[in-house]
Amino acid sequence: MPKIRHLRQKLGLFLLTIPVYLFIFLPIAWLLISSLSTRAELLSVPIHWIPENPTLKNYIDILTPGTATSEVARTFKITLRNSLVVASSVTIIALMIGSLAAYALVRINIPFRRQMMLGVIGTRMIPEVSLVIPLYIIATRMGLYNTLTVLIATYLCFALPFAIWMMGSFFETVPLELEDAALIDGATRLQTLFRVIMPISAPGLVSTAIFVFLTAWDEFFFALIFTSTVSAKTVPVAIAEFTGRYVVDVGGMMTGGVLAAIPPVILALIFQRYIVSGLTSGAVKA
Amino acid sequence: MRATVPKSRLTNRQREALVGLLLLLPSLLIIFGITLQPILSTLYLSFFKTGLGINIERVFVGLGNYLNLLGDATFWQTIGRTLYFTVVSVGLELLLGLGIALLIHAHPPGWKFLRAVLIIPWAVPTIVNGTLWRWIYNADYGALNGLLSKLGLIDHYIPWLTHPRTAMNLVILADIWHSVPFIAIILQAALATLPVELEEAAAIDGANAWQRFLYVRLPLLRFAILVALVIRTVEAFRVFDIIYVITNGGPAFGTVTISYLTYLETFSYGNIGRGAALSFLISLFTLTMAVVYIRMLYRPEDRA
Repeated sequence: MPKIRHLRQKLGLFLLTIPVYLFIFLPIAWLLISSLSTRAELLSVPIHWIPENPTLKNYIDILTPGTATSEVARTFKITLRNSLVVASSVTIIALMIGSLAAYALVRINIPFRRQMMLGVIGTRMIPEVSLVIPLYIIATRMGLYNTLTVLIATYLCFALPFAIWMMGSFFETVPLELEDAALIDGATRLQTLFRVIMPISAPGLVSTAIFVFLTAWDEFFFALIFTSTVSAKTVPVAIAEFTGRYVVDVGGMMTGGVLAAIPPVILALIFQRYIVSGLTSGAVKA
Repeated sequence: MRATVPKSRLTNRQREALVGLLLLLPSLLIIFGITLQPILSTLYLSFFKTGLGINIERVFVGLGNYLNLLGDATFWQTIGRTLYFTVVSVGLELLLGLGIALLIHAHPPGWKFLRAVLIIPWAVPTIVNGTLWRWIYNADYGALNGLLSKLGLIDHYIPWLTHPRTAMNLVILADIWHSVPFIAIILQAALATLPVELEEAAAIDGANAWQRFLYVRLPLLRFAILVALVIRTVEAFRVFDIIYVITNGGPAFGTVTISYLTYLETFSYGNIGRGAALSFLISLFTLTMAVVYIRMLYRPEDRA
């Protein structure tokens, strides 16, 4: 009897997971199906849930554009490259500069270091809209409007405090003895950081890097305000532009969406463990 | 020998502090340049009536922009909509996220797979999320109308995004899809760290499942819930991207939140002073929430 009860309980729990799977996958499925549908099928009533003539045309239009494709589709690859350059640069800069600061704040006895760390956590929460007006004025004056440079520089406003805070919480977990041993052996602070602390905190650095990369890849507001042509536009701006004034290229829009979602989704699935530890480092730490 | 130790330790300390400050310097300069200076500059600009562009005249109006906003019905309606969005989306996300976290924690068949794929909606970029839902809500060809009429719940297609309150609720639905996984993942990880002994003891004492949840599990989860709540509240209060993509603030301003109003005032109407006043108010709100968050993370009892 207890065995049967146990089985029934398991079955009940499993049935409860079905709505969760539907919640997760129905929108994803519709994104994929729409990207594989012809224009005619997308605009058919009633809806063709399963396309009768599935096609890769939308993908071909974006990846090897001909002359007939729309402006946004034709330039989409360039915006993908822009996004990649911006997100990678922001990640590298934030980790390099941020690791020095994080180490100093958690391990070196500097006046007001605690207050400075709290300040870093505070600035991490400041929304972009609070900074955009002066940044826009300065960028225009310096001739940086519509450049990748201005995006890389301004994205540091969220990336750097975040990287400092997150790396700091990982550095804190490195046993002091290891560090003291290196210092006694005559290593400088920088050597200790690079040869002792960073290798031990490698998982923390990976999760910080992924977080910063994903946030930068996702960023929309600054890219919308600070760019005007394809030379600096990023993927989110390009996707928003598929909704033109007169026509909406739904197939292109969904295909762009799939292409933009692939890198972060794959990263998130591969580095699941690191991401969860990052998401929870604030919540479960204390 | 012994006498020289304190002295050299002192200079060592000073040298240490100097090295520390040097390591900090690049970060401090960047944070000052792209965060602190812009906030102060925004505050300064909010006392002027001015436009975008390099040589536009600035007229000092003191607190004029703020008083103007406080006396403007549009501003208060916007605050109302922002609060509605924040409370409804964060509230529902917390309930659903907690539900999913508890479900995964009960280890149904395939729970590891469920936990893994749960991250997908969170990883999909916000703009993709927005455009996808906009397409789902499409009045003529959208999947929502298609699904509901197939199920026989509606007999004619509904233009979902033409009614302000409905449009707002549908934006909230899109936000829920994106953010529920975030909360579920945080709470599930917190649940996994809870000691099972307490619940077992409560069970032996005769507490039923609901009582165990309410009096044992929930209080232990309190901290993780608070952290998720603060992070999501700050994010929801500043919502911009999905509104821009799904409704463009419409219909009839029905989905204009405070960030969106700041964007419109600044970059569509060119009222820089007014936009600056709005964005400074957003900074103030965020800093208040930041203080709450920091207080929580570093509760005095944890300091020991």
